[in-house]
Amino acid sequence: MSTPYAKLPGWAEYGLIPLVNLAVAFLVAGLVVLLVGENPLEAAYHLINGAFGRGEYLGFTLYYATTFIFTGLAVAVAFHAGLFNIGGEGQAYVGGIGVALACLWLDQTMPWFVVFPLAILGSAFFGAAWAFLPGWLQAKRGSHIVITTIMFNFIASSLMVYLLTRVLKPLGSMSPQTRTFAEGGQLPKLDWLLAIFGLDIGTAPFNVSFLLALVAAFCVWLLIWRTKLGYEMRTMGHSPSAARYAGMSESRITVITMMISGALAGMMALNPIMGEQGRMQLDFVQGAGFVGIAVALMGRSHPAGIIPAAVLFGMLYQGGAEISFEMPSISRDMIVIIQGLVILFAGALENMFRPAIARLFAMQSRRSAVVAQTKGA
Amino acid sequence: MDNIAIELRGIDKSFGPVHANKNINLKVRKGTIHGIIGENGAGKSTLMSILYGFYQADSGEILVDGKAVSIRDPNAAIAAGIGMVHQHFMLVENFTVLENIMLGAEDSQILNKGIAKARVELKRLEREYALEVDPDAVIEELPVGLQQRVEILKALYRRADILILDEPTGVLTPAEADHLFRVLEQLKSQGKTVILITHKLREIMAITDEVSVMRRGEMVATRTTAETSVEELAELMVGRRVLLRVEKGEARPGEVKLAVEGLTVKDGRGVTMVDNVSFNLKAGEIVGIAGVAGNGQSELLEAISGIRRAVSGSVHLNGKPIEVTGRADPSDLRNRGLAHVPEDRHHVGLVLKFEECENAILGYHHDKRYLNGVFLNVDAIRKDAEKRIAEYDIRPPNPRLKTANFSGGNQQKIVLAREMERGPDVLIIGQPTRGVDVGAIEFIHRRIIEMRDQGMAVLLVSVELDEIRALSDRILVMFAGRVVGERGPDATEGELGLLMAGVEGRKEAAE
Repeated sequence: MSTPYAKLPGWAEYGLIPLVNLAVAFLVAGLVVLLVGENPLEAAYHLINGAFGRGEYLGFTLYYATTFIFTGLAVAVAFHAGLFNIGGEGQAYVGGIGVALACLWLDQTMPWFVVFPLAILGSAFFGAAWAFLPGWLQAKRGSHIVITTIMFNFIASSLMVYLLTRVLKPLGSMSPQTRTFAEGGQLPKLDWLLAIFGLDIGTAPFNVSFLLALVAAFCVWLLIWRTKLGYEMRTMGHSPSAARYAGMSESRITVITMMISGALAGMMALNPIMGEQGRMQLDFVQGAGFVGIAVALMGRSHPAGIIPAAVLFGMLYQGGAEISFEMPSISRDMIVIIQGLVILFAGALENMFRPAIARLFAMQSRRSAVVAQTKGA
Repeated sequence: MDNIAIELRGIDKSFGPVHANKNINLKVRKGTIHGIIGENGAGKSTLMSILYGFYQADSGEILVDGKAVSIRDPNAAIAAGIGMVHQHFMLVENFTVLENIMLGAEDSQILNKGIAKARVELKRLEREYALEVDPDAVIEELPVGLQQRVEILKALYRRADILILDEPTGVLTPAEADHLFRVLEQLKSQGKTVILITHKLREIMAITDEVSVMRRGEMVATRTTAETSVEELAELMVGRRVLLRVEKGEARPGEVKLAVEGLTVKDGRGVTMVDNVSFNLKAGEIVGIAGVAGNGQSELLEAISGIRRAVSGSVHLNGKPIEVTGRADPSDLRNRGLAHVPEDRHHVGLVLKFEECENAILGYHHDKRYLNGVFLNVDAIRKDAEKRIAEYDIRPPNPRLKTANFSGGNQQKIVLAREMERGPDVLIIGQPTRGVDVGAIEFIHRRIIEMRDQGMAVLLVSVELDEIRALSDRILVMFAGRVVGERGPDATEGELGLLMAGVEGRKEAAE
């Protein structure tokens, strides 16, 4: 009686329910499109086609997905320890310093595969450092992590404005950004990967940090389910009192978890800075830290769920841009509405259809039990 | 026919694949006390929740006074004259008695009129049923016995003719329970109908007129209480014969394993919960701590096991001090041979969302045999869990099943297996059989005695006096944070009950 709903088979739990939620989100989004006076089917066509229709489009979709995998993993790791890290935005932003420093230092003398590992370490270090303070404040002073990480987003924003206008900007330049990196500071594209499928990447910035994101996803899985630290994190996440009983140090786990989370968020900076722009610009994160929350929610904080959820959001970003290009009366704000609906139905209202689906399954199993009985007789 | 207060016909309820109530038929005669017993998970609570409108039955009908009624929610139940006294009180702690009783039955938007009316009505009810309670007392300042009385008054105020009481004596001292039974008798003599849900056979025998037994969602029997026996009811509940008394030989106490000196513990608000407690625990003996819940037993266990910091005092384990007032570390204590079965297995002893095998290493996850460097050795963990499952007959025997899906008894066995199997020197156990079915109780009790006979020192805390008396070699009684008396295993229930209520203790302490 402790679980109000019956347990569903795995494929329904992790496949059917998210799909139903998604379908409803798109249906409602379609209604909104109707309301604007446009044809929702046409919008759907542009969304799908704009995201997957051509090699270049797919490249953009996966480029966005790369970013969201990092921020989604960051949020998920903290979730597992019962911490809600809303500071992915700021951690990613500050993580950019690590990338920029590595690139500015070595881009003219070293090839990308030497700069890249250093940039990874740098971004992880700066991201972790930015998450360390809220973690430490939570562990030692009891300041709530949701509040502090939000505040740290604003501090990060101010800090980066200062750095990009005063410190990292080349002399004589008018734009708040670093100089453009030489070849050593730019990541190779994954054109060969798309070429395997006969697709042409075009101008899409789909680059090797995608592979790093996949490796990170696997490492997160290892961490959470296969290490002692992950075990302790999950214990604390599910039941702080059980963690105390087992002799686990709450403050130690809080600080370490936040640093891992921050490191993952920081690594997101590699994708836009080294993979696309070739320089660090103002506001390069563009809300990806917040999208990460939705991605983690939708992916059930599991790497195997986060990757498809990140691709879905990549699709919304890329296909959405395509819609507003093709159908001028649908503005970018519409796309934000669609994203909001996805978050609403897949995240917040996650349990809305569960009772109905559970009932269907129960009926099904009872009927098949009856059938089996009559056959037996 | 017309003397039936409530009739259930063919009530059926499923939660997904779990068939909680199967075609239940029940008749409760007017003006009687009708007991419903069954193990945990037998479906008693579900059935009563249907009767009170928390759940809807999948099929079947409910008749009140011979008329079919539809009970969609608790309001409909109240309208039909059914009142419920919950196991966990539904009272607003910082409201007065009167405010709680009026809550949801205020009559008008302006409270003044309602308050005056309620006060008059409350006085009448108090007189009629001998349920005295100060209407202006604040709930949180009342002892639990009186809080329960407020719950009963609440139901009567709403003109309930049928009262359902769900495990009402769990939180009461024996004396308070006796008083509750007198109140129930009084209600009965006034023509009210009482349905008493319990798993305590003695209460059924003491007070009910008729008793219905549930097992695995089915109503297996209804008996007239006077014509049945404890043994028969136990057998009906479990479906096989059970040993109600544990067999145990003489204790052979050895050296002192755990020495507690002047231990004082305060809670978060600074209230003294454990007050200058001292005792010794020797190898090969079971010391039971009796007391009504909330008299400091929980805090005592937590302080000894390093979960809660003590204010002063000392504890020695195997002659070496535990830093109870400083940085005592539960993992360090485990290494030193102290095992702890916590009172609250749902929130402390287990992580319900974990797989069984993950819980089987909780607290022992630093153990080298479960690790490959920083990685968990999943194969070793699962193999070990399988071994425990076989030894402790944990069902279903699946180490990868979510712990929440095990029954209370099997969950407790998971904790016991984990804590006992490393052969600790000292085992402290809180509420070993709370929410555990009769069959598993027998197993757990036998296991505890076996551990004692192997030379383990066992400190047992339980609110079940029967359990304390059955297992302990020495009994300490706690009241208001202090040990108010020590008795042998042959102490009578009345004697212990007086100590638990703080009556005898004060005299003893004064002498």
